[in-house]
Amino acid sequence: MTRKRFPTHIIVFLAPAVIIYTVFMIYPLIDSLRLSLYAPSAENPQVEEFVGFKNYETLFTDPNYAPRLQGAVKNNFIFFAVHMLVQNPVGLLLATLLTSQLTRWRGVFRTALFLPTMLSFVLVGFIWGNIILSPLWGIADDFFRTIGLGDLIQPWLGKPETALITLSLVSVWQFIGIPMMLFSAALIGISDELIEAARVDGATAWGVFWYIKFPLILPTVGIVTILTFVGNFNAFDLIYTVQGGLAGPNFATDILGTFFYRTFFGFQLQAGNPTMGATIAGVMFLIILTGVLVYLVGFQRRLTRVEY
Amino acid sequence: MTTISAHTRIGSINRTLQFLLLHGILLAYSVLTIYPIVLVLINSFKSRQAIFRNPYALPTPETFSTVGYDTVFNRAAFPSYFVNSLIVTVVTLLLIFIIGSMASFALSEYRFRGNTLLGLYLSIGIMIPIRLGTVSLLRMLVSLGLTNTLAGLILVYTAQGLPLTIFVASQFMRDVPRDLKDAARVDGASEYRIYWLILPLVRPALATILVFNMIPVWNDLWFPLIIAPAENVKTVTLGAQVFMGQFVNDYGAVLASLSLAMIPIIILYILFSRQLIRGLTSGAVKF
Repeated sequence: MTRKRFPTHIIVFLAPAVIIYTVFMIYPLIDSLRLSLYAPSAENPQVEEFVGFKNYETLFTDPNYAPRLQGAVKNNFIFFAVHMLVQNPVGLLLATLLTSQLTRWRGVFRTALFLPTMLSFVLVGFIWGNIILSPLWGIADDFFRTIGLGDLIQPWLGKPETALITLSLVSVWQFIGIPMMLFSAALIGISDELIEAARVDGATAWGVFWYIKFPLILPTVGIVTILTFVGNFNAFDLIYTVQGGLAGPNFATDILGTFFYRTFFGFQLQAGNPTMGATIAGVMFLIILTGVLVYLVGFQRRLTRVEY
Repeated sequence: MTTISAHTRIGSINRTLQFLLLHGILLAYSVLTIYPIVLVLINSFKSRQAIFRNPYALPTPETFSTVGYDTVFNRAAFPSYFVNSLIVTVVTLLLIFIIGSMASFALSEYRFRGNTLLGLYLSIGIMIPIRLGTVSLLRMLVSLGLTNTLAGLILVYTAQGLPLTIFVASQFMRDVPRDLKDAARVDGASEYRIYWLILPLVRPALATILVFNMIPVWNDLWFPLIIAPAENVKTVTLGAQVFMGQFVNDYGAVLASLSLAMIPIIILYILFSRQLIRGLTSGAVKF
């Protein structure tokens, strides 16, 4: 008895995707984790030798690394918190307004709100870092003066206490289009009859939103949360364009992405260290994986149970 | 009678108020998103002194100047950055489109051993960012001689875009009626031919995918910085970043370079936005 041959056309359809994805994505991810267990040999720095979890030990305890790691993790959580507290609620609000039956010129508003999401970090960084918040142009200063809040004039990006929150808000400005789009899509999917029925029963606009729309878009809330989490813990570009690789002032805006870049690639006088870089990537991998698992097991599963 | 009309009047006043409030908020937020961009555009057409004298003013015949654009085109290799970005983005999108839709078709159409497992394997990349593998990726590209080549960037971006593309497109392809495909099979169409017939039917999904892949590829700074920083392969995003460092005081030139860098992406968005909305609302992004 011969085994049935696996149909050729299925292989032809799948092979290119599987090969490119495996070679350029899965293999580097695994190999990078492997590299985090290696370090340049003491005798011959050209050769890397297996050192077990020593790099992780260094990262967590060495005075050159540990404070930076702690700072980056803490800052990254603050960065994420600002997105969760500002970007996603405001994105939901805008989506709700955009999909309201009363709204005119939906396409125009949608494009306007989505516009910053299409811009490159370089442009966003320049707009906020060098134009609006720059004392040279003084646009933010003029704005605060006009609305009578002159006390708020200060170098928002230059002070360690405010730089991180300010940059997080700039990032919110840029990416609000994504939750806005995803929430809009979910809200449009809710049947009008359901809402009409609630209205007839005397529900207020707020009641309709909170008791009908929100529970129905809960899956999207989950998706937006996990996408924000992954995106934030992988962020790099905006901080790099505005504050440079050193994520100043005094590392106040240093997040895992910038810490990873500096360690791996080197910056100014500091030489690059690929295996330590891989170790930081390993920590980022663990954080992101934990977040994804919490989402899949804790959130998504519970949702499907409710549905049936 | 009177009570009813009073009621409706209050109702209509309420509605008007709601209408105004709703559009007021949307308008205010739109100003917040558009105004900074307008500021960049108008100042890119002004002379240096005029920019700082009054950044809010539109260019007038006295202050109008294209000196920034002249610098961009004559003193920097900007046109070549532009071509590089276009090549990388277009080729990546084409590859993602062809390779991704083929794989999605196979996953949604055929029952074979390991189908579900392969689907799961291919979707790992939706959640785990490819950047985390950069250390190893750079070494591999060095050994393949693909650093400082556009091909290197294209391969990395294709790998990055495939997971979400396959995930979304295969859900869409599942919804194409079986009868359609079976009818074609009865007529003697090959499997390749059937794939080709299905493609136009899932257009909204593909447009969604194109927009979601186009933006991060065009705007990426990380990979150009690390795997293709050489002058002849610089993308617009990296070029503008470096340019800003060199011409930091030449605001006209920086503003001109930034204005130029955002135009293509906005044009592409406008071209695809209709399909994007349709794709999104018909459930392209259900997880």
